[in-house]
Amino acid sequence: MKRQFFLLLLFLTAIGIETAGASTLRLVATTEDLASIAKAVGGDRVQVDFIARGIQDPHFIDPKPSYILKLSKADVLVSVGLGLEDAWLPPLLKGARNARIQPGASGLVVAATGLPLLDVPSGRVDRSEGDVHGAGNPHIWLDPENGHHIAKNIHAALIRVDPSGKAVYAKNLDGFLKKLDRAMVQWKERMRPFKGEKVITYHKSWPYFLGRFGLMAVDYVEPRPGIPPGTTHLQGLIERIKSKNVSVLIVEPYLDGKMTRWIAKQTGITVVTLPPSVSEQTGIRDYFALFEHLTQTLARVFSQEGG
Amino acid sequence: MKIKTCIGLSVLSIFSFLTSVQAQTTNISGEFQSAPIAPSSRFNPDISLNGLFAAGYFSEPDPLQFGAHDPNERGFTLQNLELTLSSVVDPYFKAEVYLIFGFEDGESIVEVEEAHLRTTGLPSGLEIMAGQFFTRFGRSNSMHPHHWDFADQNIVNTLMFGAEGLRNPGVQVSVLFPLPFYLESIISIQNAKGETASSFLSSEEDTFAGRPLTHQTVHGADDLISMGRLKTAFDITETLTVVTGTSHIVGQNGTGDDTQTRIHGIDFFIHWKPLSTDHGWPFVKFQGELMHREYEAGSASVEGVVLPEESLKTTGFYLQTLYGFTRRWVAGLRYGAANATRPDDPRTGDRWRLSSNLTFYPSEFSKIRLQYHYDDSEDVPDPIHAVLLQYEFSIGAHAAHVF
Repeated sequence: MKRQFFLLLLFLTAIGIETAGASTLRLVATTEDLASIAKAVGGDRVQVDFIARGIQDPHFIDPKPSYILKLSKADVLVSVGLGLEDAWLPPLLKGARNARIQPGASGLVVAATGLPLLDVPSGRVDRSEGDVHGAGNPHIWLDPENGHHIAKNIHAALIRVDPSGKAVYAKNLDGFLKKLDRAMVQWKERMRPFKGEKVITYHKSWPYFLGRFGLMAVDYVEPRPGIPPGTTHLQGLIERIKSKNVSVLIVEPYLDGKMTRWIAKQTGITVVTLPPSVSEQTGIRDYFALFEHLTQTLARVFSQEGG
Repeated sequence: MKIKTCIGLSVLSIFSFLTSVQAQTTNISGEFQSAPIAPSSRFNPDISLNGLFAAGYFSEPDPLQFGAHDPNERGFTLQNLELTLSSVVDPYFKAEVYLIFGFEDGESIVEVEEAHLRTTGLPSGLEIMAGQFFTRFGRSNSMHPHHWDFADQNIVNTLMFGAEGLRNPGVQVSVLFPLPFYLESIISIQNAKGETASSFLSSEEDTFAGRPLTHQTVHGADDLISMGRLKTAFDITETLTVVTGTSHIVGQNGTGDDTQTRIHGIDFFIHWKPLSTDHGWPFVKFQGELMHREYEAGSASVEGVVLPEESLKTTGFYLQTLYGFTRRWVAGLRYGAANATRPDDPRTGDRWRLSSNLTFYPSEFSKIRLQYHYDDSEDVPDPIHAVLLQYEFSIGAHAAHVF
C-alpha cells in the first residue's frame, strides 16, 4: 500500500509541474499550407507550428510521439478535414489528451468547414473506388480563393480562444485577404492564355487548382485514387494522351517518378513535377510563394509547348 | 468472458442495422457542395469490422501455437473477427468497444476483447480509462492481432500473458508529463481472474506448474494486478524515432494464499522513414522486448506427489525487424527465445523460434502475408517447420495507425 501512495505522490508532483504560462498562443496546423495562413492571421500573437512538412504526402504521416507532444501543448489545432488526416490525427489527438483541441472544443479548426467542395460522391460510397474521401476532395488549399475561407475559419477560432486579440487578428486577416486578392489578379492574368489546356495528373489532388485557372484534367495516372495503375489502364492512358493531344502531366514530387518517366517516353508528354504544398525545404516559404511557383511553372511549360 | 452465440447474433444484427443506416447516405450530385458531414453519421459510432484468417501447414501435429489468435492447426484458422465501435460519449469521455467473434472447439463464441471509456478533457496531461482493457505492458500485449507484424504472437508474450494476452476489467491512470520530451507514465489496477490473467489468479479450471489454482477469492487490493509503465520517445532526427519503455507488474497468483507473481519488462522500438515517401514506403522498423517473471508457486499435493513451495523464474525476449522495401511490400524477420515452452508451466524446456515473412498490401484495407518459421523446443523431439498464409480485410471506418 505504501508503494501505491508513493506512486500517487509522484503523479501529483508531476501534475504540479505545469509548463510556465507562455503569453503567446500556441497553434499547431496539420500541414505547412495551413500553418502559413495561420501565421498571416495570427501575426506576433501566435506561435505557429505544424505536423506534416510540405514535402511529405499528407495522407501518410506516422502518428509519432513527438507530434503528440506538440498537440498536448496547443491552444489551437488547424486541420484540413474531409478525411485527409484520418489515418493519423485521431491517434495523435487521443494521445495528446488536450481538451482545448478535441472535437467540439473551441480551439479546433477544420479548415474545410463551410467550403464549396469538389468530388463529393453521390449515392453509395465504398472503397472499390479506391481511397475516396466520402465528404469530398480534401486538397482544398490548392484553390487560392479557398485561402479566404480558410483564413476566416482560423480567424474565428483565434477570436474564440483569445478575444483580447480581436483587433489585431481582424487587421491581420484584412491584410491577408487584400494581399491574396491582389495576387489573385496577377495569377489569373498569368494563366489566362492557357485557359482550356488539357492535362493529366497522377493523383486526383489538383481539381481545385485546375478549376480555378480553367485547366482541364482529362485523365489520371491512378485509375482510382490511391490505386496504382495496371497495364490495361496504362495502355488506355497512353492512347488517350495521344488521341486527345495532351501535352502536360502533373505529378507531386513524392509520387512514382519512374512511372511518369515511362509514360513520357511512350507519349512524348512533358512531365511537370509540381509541389502541392508550402515547404521551407523547397524554398516555397508561404501560401503566396506556392501559387507564384505553380502559375509561373505552368505558364512557362504551356508557352514552351505552344511555341 | 464467453457469451453464447445468441448474443453474437444480436450484436451482428445491431451492426447490420447500423451499416444499413449508413448505406442510406445519399448526397445530391453536383459541381460544388458544402456538406462535410453526412446526416446518417450523426450520433452513430464509427464502426469497423476486421477479418483475419490463415491457412497453415506445420511439420508436427502439435504446432506449439499457444496463442488463441495464432494460426494453430494444419488447415484453416479464423484468427480474429473483430468488430470495433467507437465514439465520443459526451464532452468528457470517449468510448471504444472491441468485440471478437471466433470458434472454439467448433462452437461460435464472442469475447469482449476491450470495452472502455476514457477521459478526453482532464487537465495536466492526465487521462483516466476504465472498463475492460489490455494491460499496457510493453508493446505487444496491447496490440490487436490485425496490427501484428507477424501472423502469430511472439513466443515470449504468449508465455508470460497466456493465449489471450493480459486484459481484464480495471482502471488505468496515465499522465503525459509537461516536459520538452515525450515521457508518459501509466499505472493500472485490474482483476487478476480468468484465462486473460494466466500468470495471476487465472481460472480454477486451469493449473500452473502442475498445481491447482485454488486461490480465487479476492480479499483486497493485493489480489488484483497492479502495473506501472514508463514510456519515453525521441526523434533522433526527423526520419529516425526511438520509443522505449519499462513495465512492471505484480499480483497474487492462484497457487497459494500468499503467492505473488512479478513480471518486469523493457521494450524498444526504432522507426526510420524518409520524409518523402511513395504512399508511406520505404521504411524500416526494429523492435524488441525482454521480460522476466518470478512466479512464487505454493506447495501442493497432486495425486500423491508433493510439489514444494518454489520460485519459478522465466525469462524470454524477441527481436524483430520489418523492412518496407517498395510500395505495398514488407519483409520481416523475428527471433524469439525463452527458457520455457508452455505458458502454463515454467518448468518446461528451452525454446527458440525464427520467423520470416513477406507481406503484400493491395491497399490499406487488405493484406496477404506468407510466413515461415523454424521452431526448436527441448520439449519436442524434432524442430517444427511451419508455413502460414494469412489474409485480412478491414471494412468500415478508417482504422487509426499504430506507432
